[in-house]
Amino acid sequence: MSQTRSQAPARGEPGSQLSFAGRTFRSRLLVGTGKYKDFEETARACEESGAEIITVAIRRISLERGTGQSLLDHIDPAKYTLLPNTAGCYTVEDAILTARLAREALGTDLVKLEVLGDPQTLFPDNRGLLQAAEILLKEGFVVMPYTTDDPVICRQLEEMGCPVVMPLAAPIGSGLGIRNPYNLRIILETVKVPVIVDAGVGTASDVAVAMELGCDGVLLNTAIAGAGDPIKMARAMKLACEAGRLAYESGRIPRRLYASASSPLEGVVGSITP
Amino acid sequence: MRLHINGEERELVAATLADVLRELGIDPAVPGVAVAQNGAVVPRARLQVAAVAEGDRIEVVRAVQGG
Repeated sequence: MSQTRSQAPARGEPGSQLSFAGRTFRSRLLVGTGKYKDFEETARACEESGAEIITVAIRRISLERGTGQSLLDHIDPAKYTLLPNTAGCYTVEDAILTARLAREALGTDLVKLEVLGDPQTLFPDNRGLLQAAEILLKEGFVVMPYTTDDPVICRQLEEMGCPVVMPLAAPIGSGLGIRNPYNLRIILETVKVPVIVDAGVGTASDVAVAMELGCDGVLLNTAIAGAGDPIKMARAMKLACEAGRLAYESGRIPRRLYASASSPLEGVVGSITP
Repeated sequence: MRLHINGEERELVAATLADVLRELGIDPAVPGVAVAQNGAVVPRARLQVAAVAEGDRIEVVRAVQGG
């Protein structure tokens, strides 16, 4: 029985790569480097995830302990694009200074901009985010804003010049998964820049769901670092990201309430037709 | 000289930011390190000539693991 083929995806050519601000990446998975047991595990998980963009934080050096070992001794900067974040910043001023320090520390214009509004949920302060984004964009930063899944804020960030938007799927580190796929769909229809789901992913299927919705990428950290076997989970995330993207590009079948037989209806052995 | 470094008060004899780092045992050549003085980033190349003054607020940061 023939069935109408599903439509080609609205967003991105099949086989296309994640592309923004003049950079192109084969992997659509971005991973954080926090919460791992040690640097070696961090490096192995990054490797296994296939990610090309990895996030780092900027923190004060302990005056007691000095510099000691560095993450950068274990992560090859030639192999990865380092994406510094402004995690932990609750004011526009702190986020801006952190971004500027990151640029000096790592020689990159990229910044994952976080301006937090609440310590329990780590939800962004979108007013502060917009203010900080505007200032940093004028200074030539490639601002990748962590925001709520609010299509209006995402549109404003795009209009301002952010080359991507990064709405959360659920609170950072919560593992609750894609809580509002409908908002993500609206965001995908609202903005033209890549949409990277940032935060809230718990397991591989969450990544697949985000990618099947048409999101251009997923950024995650805790779901790998906190897994029983982070290295194995890193691979699971990689495969889920690829599977979800392929499914999106393929164009899924529409949902229907009743069955549609896969085998021919003619020539069935027997005489009873209900 | 009394300086506020990374939120802590320290008494140092430093004349420049490079001196400050040396006294603290921090090597600015380590990858991923950056310095700010009174809210403004000081490029690595200028640490040798950036004079410090009584009461300066200095941030010495580095890239660490994070998401």
